[in-house]
Amino acid sequence: MAAGPRYARAWSAGPLSTSANVIDKILPSPAAALADVPDGATVMIGGFGTAGLPDELVEALIAQGAKNLTIVNNNAGNGDRGLAALLAAGRVRKIVCSFPRQTDSWHFDRLYRAGLIELELVPQGNLAERIRAAGAGIGGFFTPTGYGTELARGKETRLIDGRWMVLEQPLHADYALIKAERGDRWGNLIYRMTARNFGPIMAMAARVAVASVHEIVELGALDPEAVVTPGVYVKRVVRVERARTAGGGFKAAA
Amino acid sequence: MKRWNRDQMAQRVARDIPDGAVVNLGIGLPTRVANHLPPGREVMMHSENGVIGMGPAPPPGAEDYDLINAGKQPVTLLPGGSFLHHADSFALMRGGHLDICVLGAFQVSGDGDLANWHTGEAEAIPAVGGAMDLAVGARSTWVMMEHLTKTGEPKIVPACHYPLTGLACVKRIYTDLAVIDVGRDGLRVLEIVDGVSLAELQAATAVPLHR
Repeated sequence: MAAGPRYARAWSAGPLSTSANVIDKILPSPAAALADVPDGATVMIGGFGTAGLPDELVEALIAQGAKNLTIVNNNAGNGDRGLAALLAAGRVRKIVCSFPRQTDSWHFDRLYRAGLIELELVPQGNLAERIRAAGAGIGGFFTPTGYGTELARGKETRLIDGRWMVLEQPLHADYALIKAERGDRWGNLIYRMTARNFGPIMAMAARVAVASVHEIVELGALDPEAVVTPGVYVKRVVRVERARTAGGGFKAAA
Repeated sequence: MKRWNRDQMAQRVARDIPDGAVVNLGIGLPTRVANHLPPGREVMMHSENGVIGMGPAPPPGAEDYDLINAGKQPVTLLPGGSFLHHADSFALMRGGHLDICVLGAFQVSGDGDLANWHTGEAEAIPAVGGAMDLAVGARSTWVMMEHLTKTGEPKIVPACHYPLTGLACVKRIYTDLAVIDVGRDGLRVLEIVDGVSLAELQAATAVPLHR
């Protein structure tokens, strides 16, 4: 047998290469990279505030039309664009995040108050570790974070080395939309400063990780000692124009 | 009653941060502590979105919103600083590698329970961020807050009635009236604002104090 079912499944999630012998994960556009997102998918979106938020991929997801989505992101959208626009368009059934309330999260606020969106609120470190656990094949973990609070209500607890801990579950996704600085056709990625945030772990946790990069370089051009996300975690890479990251999520100075 | 102003509070906290400490300053009032570190004191500032060795805000015009702190404000990186992804950044605090975090609070109980993330009002949209991870993760969790609410109620209480952030996690409380240690033997007053008596401080505190 040429390929077992696991291999076949993994390969089918990648782009359709013109040559079976060449690993080439580069797609021509965000739209091409997200063409197959089905209704009801769980989609992780990288970024903390606006740093690392893959605007072009989110815009492409809006245009693509998939609905009834579950979104995993640290926040719940800023202003009227990107994730906020996806929410405003009524395409998101549920959001898993740590900090939805911001000074410019009016679309989420309205939907939440109207009961039109489900919120799973997760402490930020638990959110990150649940994503990491999914990518690492861990079936759950005990953490002190949240013990005795309403965010741990109903969860299994255990006294470990004299400290009470809460059982948290891994968080998987169908797709991860992440933003990196530079990549190559194998999907190796490096990031830019604090825009790294959720990118590396979301890439691990999703069946199909799609990375936008500002620059695509030849194989071997990225310093192997400095590659943050090895290409094995990334299924699709798309180049987008470099745009200066705008601020967001905080009160403007008076 | 005489009080420390916010800069004096920040100065007082900053004085207690030792050389070489790995420190995380919470959003809001605690952020001010960075402006008052004594000259020459070298600490490593951590921000949970994924930076260690964080420097002060950049000059106007030099902001780069790929380099921000947990409050999403632009910051700088000191020589020697580095970046972490989110899972590593929270492992850093949970794993006992963060010496001190300074957090704001709605209430602190006599046992060191902390409430600082949610007022619990039905209309309020809950948002927790890294508060719960910081509260239980840092080796020392310090709270920095006004001693009384705007309506004059004590914020140090026998039991928090706001939703909890963490149980028995606060080690020290810095207010505009005093510095108080939270220990097994209760709340011990380390320092009071000049001109305020222990009796006056006790009257503003809903938990017994001792010196």
